[in-house]
Amino acid sequence: MTAPTITLTNIRKSFGTLNVLKGISLTAHEGEVISIIGASGSGKSTLLRCIPLLEVPDSGEIAIAGEVVRMKTRAGRPVPADAAQVNRLRASLGFVFQNFNLWAHLTVLQNVIEAPVHVQKRPRAEAMAEAETLLEKVGLADKRGAYPAQLSGGQQQRVAIARALAMRPRALLFDEPTSALDPELVGEVLHVIADLAAEGRTMLIVTHEMAFAADVSTRAIFLHDGQIEEQGPPGQLFNAPQSDRTRAFIARHLNRHSA
Amino acid sequence: MGQLLGGLPLTLELASISISAGIVLATALALLRAGLRPGAWFVRGYVYVLRGTPLLLQIFLIYYGLGQLGWVRHSVLWPFLRQPYWCAILALTLNTAAYGSEIIRGGLQAVPAGAVEAGRAAGMSRPLLYRRIVLPLALRQALPAYSNEMISMIKATSLASIVTMMELSGIAYAIISETYRALEVFLCAGAIYLTLTFLLSRAVAMAEAWLNPHLRAGTP
Repeated sequence: MTAPTITLTNIRKSFGTLNVLKGISLTAHEGEVISIIGASGSGKSTLLRCIPLLEVPDSGEIAIAGEVVRMKTRAGRPVPADAAQVNRLRASLGFVFQNFNLWAHLTVLQNVIEAPVHVQKRPRAEAMAEAETLLEKVGLADKRGAYPAQLSGGQQQRVAIARALAMRPRALLFDEPTSALDPELVGEVLHVIADLAAEGRTMLIVTHEMAFAADVSTRAIFLHDGQIEEQGPPGQLFNAPQSDRTRAFIARHLNRHSA
Repeated sequence: MGQLLGGLPLTLELASISISAGIVLATALALLRAGLRPGAWFVRGYVYVLRGTPLLLQIFLIYYGLGQLGWVRHSVLWPFLRQPYWCAILALTLNTAAYGSEIIRGGLQAVPAGAVEAGRAAGMSRPLLYRRIVLPLALRQALPAYSNEMISMIKATSLASIVTMMELSGIAYAIISETYRALEVFLCAGAIYLTLTFLLSRAVAMAEAWLNPHLRAGTP
């Protein structure tokens, strides 16, 4: 049996006196689409950011495809022991940010081939050809020469998704990918993500889009106060939650959307 | 006027060498300033001293002062440091690097945190991140302010005349001491400086437009 794509074991993280993650364990197997929901401040973004070590957990273990991230202690704080290992593991994951974070000085195409060419050292021609295919897939083939500032938020986020895909990642991590978008642009991005889910890609999605989460994911996790309050198949979590907190959260969310 | 223009190549040489060497040094200083404490404090001190004293004094110190030190006279650099040309270039470079490093520091601070984070998430090592993302964004950001510093440097080359360099101002002064036609000669020299700075500011504006297509209005 192959190792799970992502394994988090007892992850804890605090910022100063604020305990954000209180010991979370989570395993994502190949092909799983896991949506992570929860109130603001429940720690869901921090949890997602811990996977590629954009946040370094205070304790706990992270493994990507069975490879454990080696840690050491410096000045009493845990830090990655081997920067090269972290960079290699990061390059095997695709991260999509809430605010797109495209590189403003590069064109759409250059944004997409940047890491494949310079991090993964793939031949430029090959990376270009693949980038063209990916841009077509996200519906932006005609924008290849444009700069991020010339694109709408929805288009920028679709470029960011193409950029993440260009790494040929083991898993895609989405950190509230539609939260910074105007409502009328949310659909085009969710549509692209849903297509990726249908392809059987391994994905973790932090989102406030409940209907979308229920629709695309194979498992949903409800985070409350830095802990997993409840998880299960989306049908169960959204329609028949076991926990009162989950029920209250989902009810509140549905009300807000129908209001 | 023809005689004056004879000083132009030296003026251009002094300016272009010190400006280009200054940018390299300024970038290094700015990166050091953004780094760990000992380096950052060194740069702070460097900038404080070089910005806080007149350039003229710095040229004097390097040209007249260094020769007093025996170990400088016996070092491999002495063949350079005994020449007013290299002393002027050294002083101009060190001086512009101090100002330039502060401008580039501003550019570095203006690099969006999200762009850096995207680079880290893509698995970029620190050197790669700086080379491909941080510095290109920071230098673009710094360029408009840096053009001011370049213009200052063109004018500052006139101080090299004080250590016998016969650049534009040096020649102007020499002509005047022969002809006593201060008004005409200085006006001519002024016009040449004006032309130089005009051309430079146009060149920088063009470079800005070329480097920042993403800021240009309109469609792709």
